[in-house]
Amino acid sequence: MPDKFLFAMEVMLNGLMAGVLYSLVALGFVLIFKASGIFNYAQGVMALFAALTLVGIKDGQIPFAHLINAIFGTNIHHFGWHLPAFVAIIFTVIVMIGFAWLVQRFIFRHLVNQEPIILFMATIGLAYFLEGVGDLMWGSDIKKLDVGIPKGMNETIELLTYNRFGYGFFIDNLDIFATFLAVILVTVLVGFSQYTKQGRALRAVADDHQAALSVGISLGYIWVLVWSIAGVVALVAGTVWGAKSGVQFSLSLIALKALPVLMLGGFTSIPGAIVGGLIIGVGEKLFEFLVGPMIGGATENWFAYVLALVFLVFRPQGLFGERIIERV
Amino acid sequence: MLDNGKTDTLLEINNIEVIYSHVILVLKGVSLKVLNGGITALLGGNGAGKTTTLKAVSNLLHSERGEVTKGTITYRNQEIVGLDPSEMVKRGVIQVMEGRHCFEHLTIEENLMTGAYTRGDGRGAIEADLEKVYTYFPRLKVRRKSQAGYTSGGEQQMCAIGRALMSKPETILLDEPSMGLAPQLVEEIFGIVKGLNEKEGVSFLLAEQNTNVALRFAHYGYILESGRVVMDGPADELRENPDVKEFYLGMSEEGRKSFRNVRSYRRRKRWLS
Repeated sequence: MPDKFLFAMEVMLNGLMAGVLYSLVALGFVLIFKASGIFNYAQGVMALFAALTLVGIKDGQIPFAHLINAIFGTNIHHFGWHLPAFVAIIFTVIVMIGFAWLVQRFIFRHLVNQEPIILFMATIGLAYFLEGVGDLMWGSDIKKLDVGIPKGMNETIELLTYNRFGYGFFIDNLDIFATFLAVILVTVLVGFSQYTKQGRALRAVADDHQAALSVGISLGYIWVLVWSIAGVVALVAGTVWGAKSGVQFSLSLIALKALPVLMLGGFTSIPGAIVGGLIIGVGEKLFEFLVGPMIGGATENWFAYVLALVFLVFRPQGLFGERIIERV
Repeated sequence: MLDNGKTDTLLEINNIEVIYSHVILVLKGVSLKVLNGGITALLGGNGAGKTTTLKAVSNLLHSERGEVTKGTITYRNQEIVGLDPSEMVKRGVIQVMEGRHCFEHLTIEENLMTGAYTRGDGRGAIEADLEKVYTYFPRLKVRRKSQAGYTSGGEQQMCAIGRALMSKPETILLDEPSMGLAPQLVEEIFGIVKGLNEKEGVSFLLAEQNTNVALRFAHYGYILESGRVVMDGPADELRENPDVKEFYLGMSEEGRKSFRNVRSYRRRKRWLS
């Protein structure tokens, strides 16, 4: 088999794996959008914040240390513990649920029945606020996140492909792990929203706030639930990204790649977020590999957005998005 | 009217005033009673305050920035102003909103099941009630796997009423069920309401613009005009009242009149408060 073909195969596989990471972030967007009709611009920052909190708790960083030191003239930075990853994750989940409650209590409770654009603007505000708080709480330096996710080349795959094709594929263990994580997450989420009472209530709220209220569904409770789930998804995404390239503030920008993913997959579809992410992941890697050299490279920066633009023209609801129901 | 001996008062609204967004005064002192086991009709034109009255009871007002500023509402002799809508549903009062408001992306059956959200009496009881709803609305059973958004207006109205039934209500606040439906369907739906009232003992507070149909099915009626009750009485008496006949049923002793005469006509009305 020609080497170039095999190499393209490898690029494609790596693209698939990168796509999974996009999907993870996109998933958070879809959840909140489906359940409350809010396009949550802050989802990327939530992933960053979750990762920062995870590192902070795990390494025993004192939150707001800079602030405290500046006010009281102290010099404290660390509690001096190193928690096991498992315990730190549990604490971070609690923090994200607390965050969900605060968001609902202080922002969205007051915006029931408002136009979607107003809710959207509120999330933009939230994004900047959260980024600032994250900085203040945990500091802005790049942090290493190690929660025991396997990293490095998967030797089994390398060996297998080498024996088969005479060319060993390089696939990162981290990517394989992320894929499994995404599959589990999606299975659980789809099962929850389709087959449980709370999931049904969640979809009902997404369709019609007032009607949901009228049958006795508490909007506040459902929103806290949704934002908590989105927070947990953000934590998963943030952890995987963070383990891959360190926890840094540019993570919130990478998260914006979820936008073209959503345009492709559809804003209202959980499978859409996954497939969209995979297509973008594979598409941009292959495009860079095949076309990139001809036009000077760096196509990964814009390929996803152009693809999304094409989709907007020909299929505005995305691949799996709900058709907008309009009776005439 | 009520000949089954059950004449206790379920819901009593006492001289309430409702203000939206702190400035817009919509109800200026409405009082009414809903008797146990009765169908009480709330009649009047657009903007008379029918929907607001219902929402004051179910407290859906709150999410529309409305507020009961004066007066009291009691249900089974307990003050209920300001309670959460979900608390009202648990106490057996549920509103079917004007314009159906089905969850369009959910199937009919899922829609019905959301009605049982506040119930904690187990899967068996809920399934049994689902079957019961299907016996009252056989059409819903046929369409139960279709997305509600793709069903017809009549089916959506049935879905909305069925959904309310799934909460095991004692009182249904039914807002404008005839809206946008063909006369034949209106009859069908009112027939079912009557059946639910007689066989299941559900009490109804019914807001309607279609005075003719409403007064045929209701036991008692209140007529609202710009936020006040201007007339009330047993339905059959209201039907014979010359003012009601002329203004709400569109007929008078001299047959149809020209609008020139109507304009100078002074209504005999009394204010209740």
